[in-house]
Amino acid sequence: MTATRTEDQAAPARRSALRKALDTIGVQNVSLIIALAGLVALIGSQNSRFFLTSNIKIIGMAVAVTGVLAIAQTIIIILGALDISVGSVAGLASVTSAMIFTAMSSNAGLGILGALAVGALCGAANGCIVVFGRVNPIIATLATLAAFKGLAQLVSNGRAQGYTGADPVFVFIARGSIAGIPTLMWIFALVALGAHILLKYTDIGRNIYAIGGNDTAARLSGININKYIVACYIGTGVVAALAGILITARTGSGQPISGSEGQELEAITAAALGGVSFKGGRGAIAGTVLAVVLLGVLSNGMTLLDINSFWQNVAKGALLVLAVTIQQARSGERRVGIPT
Amino acid sequence: MHLTESSDGEMTPTLLAVERASKSFAGVHALIDVSLDLRAGEILALVGENGAGKSTLLKALSGDHQLDQGRILVEGQEVRFGRPSEARESGIRVIAQEPEIVPELTVAENIYLGGLPRSRTRWFARRQLLDQVRRDIADAGFDHVLDPGTLGRRLSAAQRQLVEILRALTSGVKVLAFDEPTSSLSTHETAGLFELIRRLRDQGVGIIYVSHRMPEVFDLADRIAVLRDGARVGVLDAAEATEERVVRMMVGRDLSSLFRRTAPGVAGDVVLELRDVATQDVEGISFDVRAGEVVALAGLVGAGRTELANAISGDVPITHGELRLHGQPQRFRRPEDAISVGIGLAPEERKSGALLMGRSVKDNVSLTSLKRLSRWRFVQPDNERRLVARYVTALNVRTPSIEQPVRNLSGGNQQKVVLARWLATEPRLLILDEPTRGVDVGAKAEIYRIIDELATAGMALLVVSSELPEVLGLADRIVVMKSGRVTGELSREDASEERVMELAMADVPERGSGS
Repeated sequence: MTATRTEDQAAPARRSALRKALDTIGVQNVSLIIALAGLVALIGSQNSRFFLTSNIKIIGMAVAVTGVLAIAQTIIIILGALDISVGSVAGLASVTSAMIFTAMSSNAGLGILGALAVGALCGAANGCIVVFGRVNPIIATLATLAAFKGLAQLVSNGRAQGYTGADPVFVFIARGSIAGIPTLMWIFALVALGAHILLKYTDIGRNIYAIGGNDTAARLSGININKYIVACYIGTGVVAALAGILITARTGSGQPISGSEGQELEAITAAALGGVSFKGGRGAIAGTVLAVVLLGVLSNGMTLLDINSFWQNVAKGALLVLAVTIQQARSGERRVGIPT
Repeated sequence: MHLTESSDGEMTPTLLAVERASKSFAGVHALIDVSLDLRAGEILALVGENGAGKSTLLKALSGDHQLDQGRILVEGQEVRFGRPSEARESGIRVIAQEPEIVPELTVAENIYLGGLPRSRTRWFARRQLLDQVRRDIADAGFDHVLDPGTLGRRLSAAQRQLVEILRALTSGVKVLAFDEPTSSLSTHETAGLFELIRRLRDQGVGIIYVSHRMPEVFDLADRIAVLRDGARVGVLDAAEATEERVVRMMVGRDLSSLFRRTAPGVAGDVVLELRDVATQDVEGISFDVRAGEVVALAGLVGAGRTELANAISGDVPITHGELRLHGQPQRFRRPEDAISVGIGLAPEERKSGALLMGRSVKDNVSLTSLKRLSRWRFVQPDNERRLVARYVTALNVRTPSIEQPVRNLSGGNQQKVVLARWLATEPRLLILDEPTRGVDVGAKAEIYRIIDELATAGMALLVVSSELPEVLGLADRIVVMKSGRVTGELSREDASEERVMELAMADVPERGSGS
């Protein structure tokens, strides 16, 4: 006990309380919170329905699919890679879950398990192409983005599959709630919490940051970086499949394209807005969660205020450029060439 | 106004003057109040140890760094360089050790990059360019060494430097600075380069020549400026200076007193045995390292020492022969295998190979010990802080807190963070590749003391070093390599700078030839 005391004092940390709070939350997160607060105040002042519990639930349910994908994307970007195939994996998992569900005489559990397994396989394929085929992550997952989408269309003949809208499990996922909070929000929250704990408190998380920050140093420090890359892609595949299951539950059938197409870009947008560095090694789940909520509020608010949905896309794009520009200006990097 | 008195009392106009230049990085003083002048048609050698401030001064001249204080004058006019192109427009050109060459462009295009000749229709005038460059090459006297049509990626190190020099010459250079230009050149190429430098001097170009190879400095220089720890120690006329005097000014003391082991030669059991080991880059390597012993791997850059260190630590496969640790034959598939049996490697390239610059001292130190510090994969924060604090204190890492990002630490303290990481794994064999590169003199002495203490405590140490005084001061035994082979082994008593250099430059058959 006494020994601990003295050794702790070997590393004194004397900073002002404000500075310390700022460091803990992170400047990036503080600016996201300020932006969110501003947006909430603006929308709320124009339309009081915004603050209704029912509307908050609508926002929470709307962001769940993008949210879980953004969480997985955050981990893979911190690792120093990228996965743009997640939307296609979600689509493939969505039709798989519905088709197995139908084939197994309405067994939702088997449908879900089968979809997750397909997601894991897709992720393993991505990881192996990157590690053993030596293909750049962007190109590798660009290829599988096309290939997995094609597979989803092949197995489904391009049509929505099965009918899960009457199954109690799928209905619970889509519209149920626990303790008054919608199941979809619970799922997003649990995935986020799990990822946060993984990154922040386990040696696995530390090693992920190390690989993204300096892969040579990580390798020489005895981290099996190939194993980590493949495992992270498998994890991302499983989460993408989870997103696909949510799509099946919400639409009542397996969707090869609809609901999942373009989700990869939404997820990457949220991660970038949340301050995850595309160089790898820097970023956190909290930022991504805030960004997901911010994007959800933006979209919901503009709908409530009856703004043309085309403007929503413009606003989203403008927000991302603004956020990253501010972030880069703070880094003080010289304005020469293509930034990394 | 700006006149300088030369040795014979004649007054010549000053071409370049640096007045009271200071520069610091994150609180570390790299240059302190340095003043220098350079005349037209003169070769000024700039010497000093690693970290003395030579590179910082050159970077201020090339426009890569801006001075915190002081000014730079070219022909009496104050100049301010916001970026490298402005320095070039003022006629100052620094020839980098490893010039930037665009690999897919020809020599001719590389030389005129940014100012390629073209016709009014913007068609690229290839013919005209090739003729021009052929004339330029002939003017510089390199007709048979460089072909204007060769692609950048096919050039040797010497040819790359020639391209960089030609870039300077074709843009009207007044001051030409060389940063260790001969480190990657053969003797023959060096002679050619010196001839060119002298000819440029005779044409009135002012030359700054940075090197720590004394024979070269005395061969070329008219005057010698010595820097130590960021400050100017003195400027000598080359004709009056002696090597001993310059070296003494560089290190601030006699070489002999730099470092001595406290209790050398108390060796225990054999820890590492290499028997006829070969990898992609080395072959026929056999030697031992004992507990409590410091073995230095000496040799010139490119002798295969780093490659051997990487093989021992499991990062590069051993293709032939045997590596034994405490008598047990080992086969490493990756670094974690070597780490698990007690081998640690602090690599040569600290920033690119060891440190997570944006992460804290704590995260950097604990990186290789996370498994041991975790329970159910959760890193135990108290255990971690205790371990990190213990080694940060033991190695005297100067940091305001263990949460400080490593980026904010000086080179010496960064190196101590890397050492702390490996000591935390309690290795039986620690390999240090150029442990004092780029650290200041004070931190250097501390690192020597740490190495000495570790050996005294019974650890086996293998130190790769290119600095002879360091090798001679630290090692119980010296293994010398050349071209991927061991050329000799010297005991502490038998070793001298001359004998090590002899072995480092010994004739060995090219690898793969013969049997």
